[in-house]
Amino acid sequence: MNFKLILNIALHLLQARLKQTIVAAIGVTFSIAMFIALVSFMNGLNDLLDGLMLNRTPHVRLYNDIKPAEHQPITLAEAYKNNTNFIRSIKPKDIGKSIYNSKAIIAYLKKDPRIIDVAPKITTPVFFNSGTIEISGVINGIDVLSEEKIFKVSEYIIEGKVTNLLQNNSIILGKGLASKMMLTVGDIIKITSPSGNLSSLKIVGISQMGIAEVDDVMSYTSLDTAQKILGEPTNYITDIQIQLHDKLTAPEVSKEFRDKFNLDTIDYKTANAQFETGSSVRTIISYAVGVVLLIVAGFGIYNILNMMIYEKMDSIAILKATGFSGNDVRWIFISLSLIIGFVGGIFGLLFGFIFSSIIDVIPFKTPSLPTISTYPIYYDGVYYVIGIIFALFTTTIAGYFPASKASKIDPVEIIRGK
Amino acid sequence: MENSKILETKGLTKYFYDPVKFKVLTEIDMSIDRGEFVSIVGKSGCGKSTLLYLLSTMDTDYEGQILIHNELVTGKEDKVLAQIRNEKIGFVFQFHYLLIEYNVLRNVMLPGLKLAKYSEQELEHRALEHLKTLGMEEQALKMPNQLSGGQKQRVAIARALINDPLIIMGDEPTGNLDKKNSDLVYDIFKELTLEKKQTLLIVTHDNDFAHKTNRIITMEDGKIIS
Repeated sequence: MNFKLILNIALHLLQARLKQTIVAAIGVTFSIAMFIALVSFMNGLNDLLDGLMLNRTPHVRLYNDIKPAEHQPITLAEAYKNNTNFIRSIKPKDIGKSIYNSKAIIAYLKKDPRIIDVAPKITTPVFFNSGTIEISGVINGIDVLSEEKIFKVSEYIIEGKVTNLLQNNSIILGKGLASKMMLTVGDIIKITSPSGNLSSLKIVGISQMGIAEVDDVMSYTSLDTAQKILGEPTNYITDIQIQLHDKLTAPEVSKEFRDKFNLDTIDYKTANAQFETGSSVRTIISYAVGVVLLIVAGFGIYNILNMMIYEKMDSIAILKATGFSGNDVRWIFISLSLIIGFVGGIFGLLFGFIFSSIIDVIPFKTPSLPTISTYPIYYDGVYYVIGIIFALFTTTIAGYFPASKASKIDPVEIIRGK
Repeated sequence: MENSKILETKGLTKYFYDPVKFKVLTEIDMSIDRGEFVSIVGKSGCGKSTLLYLLSTMDTDYEGQILIHNELVTGKEDKVLAQIRNEKIGFVFQFHYLLIEYNVLRNVMLPGLKLAKYSEQELEHRALEHLKTLGMEEQALKMPNQLSGGQKQRVAIARALINDPLIIMGDEPTGNLDKKNSDLVYDIFKELTLEKKQTLLIVTHDNDFAHKTNRIITMEDGKIIS
């Protein structure tokens, strides 16, 4: 088949109906552009929310959970070992929050090539004393440098600097907590630990995560200070947070460390299952809207090609009479449709990029997201590839049926019908 | 050529089904030799155009057999028939049927481009040659809607000639033209038979035109009567 000739004929037919062709192509352009903008925006949003989640959640966390002992005494007793034992009213056992042999574990983990960094942490509930009232909250004792590397804590510090925590007896308060107690940077706050120890800390910063529940209770201090408040030795650590090179391996790594160190572990996916659901639903919605837009554009092309075939009956008849087969005619109309799809699609990608760029600079300020100043957009070549494939696919389908109709036109009927 | 039969039919019978079953052609047996200038005449509705379209391979719904150049075309698939039309048959219709999207030159070249026997430059040269013999070389770059009826018909003839067909078929090629242009078209056809031994099969109801041809096939009620 002579594709060059077929393409040439298709182009001439298009030129003769330039206005309609442009309208059809604009339909494709619009839907592809909207698809690109929508998917980029939705994924930007997903990324932003994932970021919120990932900045709080380590890929893998090692800790001691409060739970019943796995091996109850009766299963250890020789006489009942092989029986099925029913025990009622089991109480959980607290083996202490402290991770046993934590320093050795951290040293081992730091050598693991899969791990970017390890951040030890102490989490403990405390009471913040403000005058006569006591407000319950949480203190995170963090290794300032590792924590900053993994979670970029500084992004959420709205006053002061995270490195101020390196000073002794300093604390960064959550914004909600600070405003509740009418405290600002430089003030001194009194804290009561669960065991009753009282200590005074200097406020060196205010943090805002963007999640009110968190900001109302959260505070940061250094590992040393936390250990001092609790009256614990320097090897006292309640959590080990691990950041992996490949976060998708988190569930396996999590399981491996659980068995190896005999600790409880949780990976970020399990800890934030609801986030994953939200992300996938948003992605589905954006693709669904994109596909619907393209189907509408496809109907537009279908209509225009159908009309064109009625107008071009004579031309089709003459082509057939002079030696073009039904198949050739079919290809002429399919290439017509493909040209519309391709040109419309390319412009769609261009406009999609422009729309995304415009959305990207629209100011978007919200107190809950201090690090965000414009609407989030996620640029990814994959969307553009999907977009153009969608465009070509729908236009081919939309062109196929009119093209088949054209291929079946009986030239005799038209030539004699005059 | 030992066998000079260009076109032959054997027991060609055709029915129309709409609105009722009706026999248009009955057992047509005929043949046309190389270099003949044949006209088919007959009253309106006698089946002469129907016969032409069967011979043109565009209408495939018939009984009997058609041979073009001793090759059976009956029952061949659409693609093969299109190839045969492209290579061996040239058409001239009553209405000029040029592609309005292309200029005169491209219109003439189109069947040649489809056949792809010659390069584009060569085709252009050949097309211009044909247009020149038909006195149309000055109109080569015009669009069809800028031409008169007679001029359009001459372009259509040039197009029919581009692939050196075995036979040129015409359905009332002068039917829509005035006397002067009719004569012009006749002269062109005559010249083609004389100079190039071109075989021509023309359906017409113009008796003056028919009488000037070598052989007249007269039809009545779907049969050849002389």
